[in-house]
Amino acid sequence: MYLEDIVKALNLKVVSGEERLAAEVLGGYVGDLLSDVMANSKEGDLWITRQIHQNIVAVASLKDHAGIILIQGCKPAADTLDKARKESVPIMVTDMPGFEVIGKVYNMIANKKGPDPST
Amino acid sequence: MKAFRCDLHIHTCLSPCAELDMYPRAIVRKVREEKLDIIGICDHNSSENVASVQRAASGHPLTVLPGMEVSSREEVHTLALFDNISRLQYFQKVIYDHLPGENDEDVFGCQAIVNDRDEVEGFNQRLLIGATVLSLQEIIDHIHRLGGLAIASHIDRESFSVIGQLGFIDPTFAFDALEVTPRLGLTRARETFPELSDYPFITSSDAHFLRDVGKTYTDMWMEEGSFQELCMALRGEAGRHIIIGA
Repeated sequence: MYLEDIVKALNLKVVSGEERLAAEVLGGYVGDLLSDVMANSKEGDLWITRQIHQNIVAVASLKDHAGIILIQGCKPAADTLDKARKESVPIMVTDMPGFEVIGKVYNMIANKKGPDPST
Repeated sequence: MKAFRCDLHIHTCLSPCAELDMYPRAIVRKVREEKLDIIGICDHNSSENVASVQRAASGHPLTVLPGMEVSSREEVHTLALFDNISRLQYFQKVIYDHLPGENDEDVFGCQAIVNDRDEVEGFNQRLLIGATVLSLQEIIDHIHRLGGLAIASHIDRESFSVIGQLGFIDPTFAFDALEVTPRLGLTRARETFPELSDYPFITSSDAHFLRDVGKTYTDMWMEEGSFQELCMALRGEAGRHIIIGA
């Protein structure tokens, strides 16, 4: 599953990191507490949050996330956007509530992976 | 110079989550029992009981610093301490202008405004438990513009702390000090957060209940119990300093 597929399917608005949309999405993580996201998210995760502080860019870079989706009409703060552009971190925005975004992304990733071959 | 025992983070009955027994004369009595020299009164997003605590303390060898514990839009708590109450009142206006919502007493608790004779004069109707729409950076800037001290609250707690909410402390945050809970304490704070060694650390009770006042404190070596001396102690200027391991 590639980031651009999710962007297209969910009609997300890309506000930074356009050059990184070909990144592969390996999984997803949801959280607004950055300490939790730092501790528990994984490389290649698409991170869904409503936190707009510039530290989200640092966390996404540090954890090698595929990108960040800001839900519910949240816009990145000005310094967040600057930093994300500078560091090529894809930030996508949407008016959809988190519950809906998470469900859709989950389904896309789950369907793509198909049934677990070990079962 | 001598050691001053400071607890810079004490709530009153104005904070919805604090007990009603946290009224001015009770606080002053307990503070005297605990032999504190300097206290900071810091209610959530409000300061309407500060003057009453100051009046209740008059005549006692006790300094009551005017303060507030503000919640940013990232839900990070920061202590704001000021030299005098008029600075705090300016700050109060800025915060009220950016604090949405109305309190529901049944859910969050009542927010009693009291006088120095411990009589209830009214109830604050704002949603003091809530968050302002100001960013943490804006809050720090407002505090400094008014000559105040910006201290990051309980950084070792997961909830409502700068590290819990924002993952780490960016060096661009011009905090004048970082507060840790009594559970961690000053000595272990230094070991736990070696990357924050440029910031001064303090520990305070964050008392919401009378029994917690004085549970911990920070000793400061300084000339007198004043806001200016406290600023110097935090910066380690002219022989003033925080006493660690006291």
